[in-house]
Amino acid sequence: MNGGAMFYGAAIALIIGGIMIAATKRNLIKIIIGLNIMETGVNLLLITTGYISGGTAPIMNKTWTKVVDPIPQALVLTAIVIGVAVTAMALSIVVRIYEKNNSLDIRKIKEMRW
Amino acid sequence: MIKKVLIILLFVLLGLSLYSVVKYNTFGEDKTVVARHYIDYGMKETGSQNIVTAVVVLYRGFDTLGEVTVLFLAATALGALLHGLRFKSKEKEPSSLIVSTAARYIFPLIILFGTYVFVHGHLTPGGGFPGGVIIASAFLLLFLAYTQKEVSEKTLSLTEGTAGILYVITGLLGLVMLNSFLANFLPKGIPGKLLSAGIIPLIYILIGFKVGAEMTGVLRNLKEEEK
Repeated sequence: MNGGAMFYGAAIALIIGGIMIAATKRNLIKIIIGLNIMETGVNLLLITTGYISGGTAPIMNKTWTKVVDPIPQALVLTAIVIGVAVTAMALSIVVRIYEKNNSLDIRKIKEMRW
Repeated sequence: MIKKVLIILLFVLLGLSLYSVVKYNTFGEDKTVVARHYIDYGMKETGSQNIVTAVVVLYRGFDTLGEVTVLFLAATALGALLHGLRFKSKEKEPSSLIVSTAARYIFPLIILFGTYVFVHGHLTPGGGFPGGVIIASAFLLLFLAYTQKEVSEKTLSLTEGTAGILYVITGLLGLVMLNSFLANFLPKGIPGKLLSAGIIPLIYILIGFKVGAEMTGVLRNLKEEEK
């Protein structure tokens, strides 16, 4: 198995797994955990697209000519920070929902029926 | 019925988009011209050894300002949502002697490490965002070890606001001096030295303070409040 199949496979497995968790679980905390797993998968996918064979980290303190693509890494840096912010927001909303309904089960929340 | 159709549709779309990503991005290939430019000329143009930092702070500096704004908005919204929350909480147990004693010695070391990470953002892996979060983790240790401990909200907002305003002022100075927002108006220096890369260390120190204060504020708000 070459490196590409491994990294792409792991990223896609994380994305699919995260979506499955978010779509099938009833507990709000578990849904947020699923979204976080999916986010990890997306980040891994982005980083993997930027890999260049034999490249090192893009820090030029030697005369390295082969380094990996720095742009996906910069984008993922942004994505991680936004992910933390979104998770914190989601958790605070969950705290409020729990306070109102005394339950984390989405089946017991009347406003979320459709 | 309609739910199942939607779920199947979602997975088909997801599969298609993932397939196209894998198909058009052969693993390990040199793909974009932009990346080549950053790698070949990045250190010459910005004076920063760490190219990721150069991309985040200078080439895509405006994007980073937006990112910091999103973080600020999320922290503010979290504070607004949790304002005045009261749980019927059980009595809080004080943490054990080992935790509270260790916290007293480890706390300054974590703060020092966080500061190191964001001051050396242009030389080593790391930078303002990880450094700020490391500092917030020191405060988390403090909250865990001393349950009564409070960090004043005023100090946090003041640090956060000052750092944010100084970031924008740095950008505007670039606009005034070099006709471009967030332009590098300070001398670039010798790459590899601590005082190099112009405004990159300056901005990363400000981001470090801002992120540290914001994340500490988030932790402070998420902490169960006293009655």
